[in-house]
Amino acid sequence: MSHPHGQREISLVVNGEAKTFRAYPMERLLDVLRHRLGLTGAKEGCGEGECGSCSVLMDGALVNSCLVPVMQAQGSRIVTIEGLAQEPELQALQEAFLECGGAQCGICTPGMILAAHHLLDKKQNPTLENIREGLAGNLCRCTGYSQIIEAVAAASKRAGATE
Amino acid sequence: METERIVGTSAPRKEGRDKVTGKAVYIDDMSLPGMWYGATLRSRVPRGKIQKITFSPEIAWDEFVVVTAKDILGKNCIALITDDQPCLADGVVNHPEEPILLLAHPNPHLLSKAIQAVSIEYQPLPALFTIEESERQDQIIWGKDNTFKTYLVEKGDVDSVWAQADYVVEGEYTTGAQEQLYIENNGVIAAFDPDRGMTLWGSLQCPYYVHRALMTLCALPENKIRVVQTETGGAFGGKEEYPSMIAGHACLLAMKARRPVKMTYDRAEDMVATTKRHPSRTRHRTAVRRDGKILGGEIEFVIDGGAYTTLSPVVLSRGTIHAAGPYYWPSIRIRAKAVATTAPPQGAFRGFGAPQSLFAIERHMDRIAATVGISPEEVRRRNFLRTGETTATEQTIHEPIDLNRLLDRGLELSNYHAEKQRFARENASGATRRGIGIATFLHGAGFTGSGERYLASEVEVEGCADGTVQVLASSAEFGQGTKTVLCQVAAETLGLPYEDVGIAQPDTGLVPNSGPTVASRTVMVVGKLVQLAAEKLRQRLRAAGLPEKYSRDEFRNACAKYVAEKGALKEWAKYQAPSGIFWDDEKYRGEAYAAYSWGVYIAQVAVDLATYSVVVEDFVALQEVGRVLNPVLARGQITGGVAQGIGYALYEKVVWENGRMQNGQMTNYIMPTSADLPPIRVYFEELGNEHGAFGAKGIGELPMDGPAPAIVNAIENAIGVRFDSIPLLPEDIYAGVAESFDVAGAPPSQGAR
Repeated sequence: MSHPHGQREISLVVNGEAKTFRAYPMERLLDVLRHRLGLTGAKEGCGEGECGSCSVLMDGALVNSCLVPVMQAQGSRIVTIEGLAQEPELQALQEAFLECGGAQCGICTPGMILAAHHLLDKKQNPTLENIREGLAGNLCRCTGYSQIIEAVAAASKRAGATE
Repeated sequence: METERIVGTSAPRKEGRDKVTGKAVYIDDMSLPGMWYGATLRSRVPRGKIQKITFSPEIAWDEFVVVTAKDILGKNCIALITDDQPCLADGVVNHPEEPILLLAHPNPHLLSKAIQAVSIEYQPLPALFTIEESERQDQIIWGKDNTFKTYLVEKGDVDSVWAQADYVVEGEYTTGAQEQLYIENNGVIAAFDPDRGMTLWGSLQCPYYVHRALMTLCALPENKIRVVQTETGGAFGGKEEYPSMIAGHACLLAMKARRPVKMTYDRAEDMVATTKRHPSRTRHRTAVRRDGKILGGEIEFVIDGGAYTTLSPVVLSRGTIHAAGPYYWPSIRIRAKAVATTAPPQGAFRGFGAPQSLFAIERHMDRIAATVGISPEEVRRRNFLRTGETTATEQTIHEPIDLNRLLDRGLELSNYHAEKQRFARENASGATRRGIGIATFLHGAGFTGSGERYLASEVEVEGCADGTVQVLASSAEFGQGTKTVLCQVAAETLGLPYEDVGIAQPDTGLVPNSGPTVASRTVMVVGKLVQLAAEKLRQRLRAAGLPEKYSRDEFRNACAKYVAEKGALKEWAKYQAPSGIFWDDEKYRGEAYAAYSWGVYIAQVAVDLATYSVVVEDFVALQEVGRVLNPVLARGQITGGVAQGIGYALYEKVVWENGRMQNGQMTNYIMPTSADLPPIRVYFEELGNEHGAFGAKGIGELPMDGPAPAIVNAIENAIGVRFDSIPLLPEDIYAGVAESFDVAGAPPSQGAR
């Protein structure tokens, strides 16, 4: 159905695995992840970079994958919620989200956990204010954020305790 | 058997692990082999007759499936209360964004261009955009009088009280539309097989509402339609009735295309075309004695329903009954109506009419206090409903609720008196003004009046071949914790570990109709049925030889043995109205709700006199919700509801132009972020409730009711300017302050520029 004409070869390292495929240069990274690579953990909430539910890490930076043309991601390392699942501090974050009630409907959760992971990478002992600011690009309609903020604080304490 | 108690503990969310690892499958994560994609052509005018539809020749139309009203085999309507809303417009459109025709194609990227390539000529029809225009009835756009529904509540002889009143206090209060803004947009997949019938997967709250709507629309028998709820990324009422529409569209396309069809909205379509909270106007006229005691009053409550009936009569009902607040009225008359306007139908949103009328009464109580010259807390104390007294519908309150004590605790937790004094002192200078405000309120749990009796909900609890237990109910999980709490109730009843109880995904082919997942009814009403069915299951196993005290293994073995020897082990419970419940649908009198939850919310705000922005700096949410079955989930309901209430008051403004939302984007319809909200301090009182599972009452909607009036009361306390409308964005605060300059002749402070 789609004509390969105009497509380019794209190479990405996604969750540690090298991927090479053909895609239109302006295809959104979000669609490439979800449709071409079958990684549906990143969600589309708004398509304009406001809600953050499509958040992924691109070369260590937190990006809204709905705003990134795949050509711009050429050669980069992408980490999605599926790829974080093996890392120990993610497990601490996931456990904390479960215990503290950080996930309700769950649709913002993958993006929120990536944002939290990114925050904890940059700052090992964030204050509550740091957390509030660090997560402000990720919208959650269910929780009022209190239990998300507590989950991130709990995970950071646990990470600190194990070091 | 000896197990730890499960009810009252924060059992982990059943589907939590899938959600935190990204494995949970939402509708847009699903795809079926050979699946096509659907799109909707919507009206681009407010109201008009469709004269001509032209398909531009630049599109290869033979590749598309096109569906119009003529393709509908059943009745062209969304079956709900009144069948007045067409599934696809046939000859006339009554609101902007009304669906007219549907397209499907294997390549989703070709759909928007094809939609643009269809042009429609309309002959305009008169349109009405406000409650006031609709009330004037210069033009009739619905029925005989533009009115979907009216109610009249009368208690005592209100006409006789005016002569005895020391004060007559009047006020008019308005609230705006509010978008539910679940982060997952509406979406469904339909697959049709001529022999097996229709299967519909979707993001939805009420599988059996959709089931019924599809039977009517597709002319298929009950057993040829299966509706399956997929993991649902937020709903808040926005997926109560609307999914019947998008499901109907996908089914029509799937029947014609003979292929599975997925329909998902993008954010803009979801915001402009689907339901929102009803805008409202409430007028109060109250007879008050010198000491602040209410003698009687009249309330006129009007909601704007948009172009079709949908759920407006029921939203109006809840709003009407809650209009009197948690107060004792010796006499009262409430006139309520839902009117038609030229806009997409408004619909269910957490609170369902109550946040609107409670905003009015809670602002009005502060106005009464100011008129009489007593404090906001004192005027409430003098009028609180007490056990043994009757509500506006003459329901006697039997619960041992002590609102004075609840208010005392709220004032103490918020350090109310000290903070109020401090603000009064500090507000004398500087560019920031602080204030503190109270709202006291109630929320009825379950369907109104005879609603639960009509629903006659059913649940099943099954003992499985492997000895575990499965709950079967149509109650949907969309963040609140339905699955978790219903499993806790079954596990507690059976004396089993929480892990041994599972719950089926709502699927009309599999689960009985436990009613819709709405109205703060799941834990109280459905939970009680789960408890009853689980108890029956236990009795059945006891009769088959299970000892009175049993271990987990003994139960498992008994269960497995029963299934192996006798076949399916399923028990069932059906709702039966408690005896002595009286409700008169005609006179709107009697037991409106089986139980009420009660709240005292106290907000502290800071108003910046340079930018007119308002920040909520502290929020105390104290409530009595019966027994708290899962503290983490319960607290999450409160913090989430309060956040939506803060958005309702201060951020979320739907900008209308000719009946169409103009700001249908997250960029310019603003909901609170983590940086905007204060710590929301949540406290519970637990009085219990004989009607609910293990003493639970409703909780989901209550927290939506209190924040807006508490915040607006706090703003008045901060800057001395009265606001009677929400939302209050900085430009609205500015306008109110500017108006008070004009009236008072002097700016309210040196801080303002």
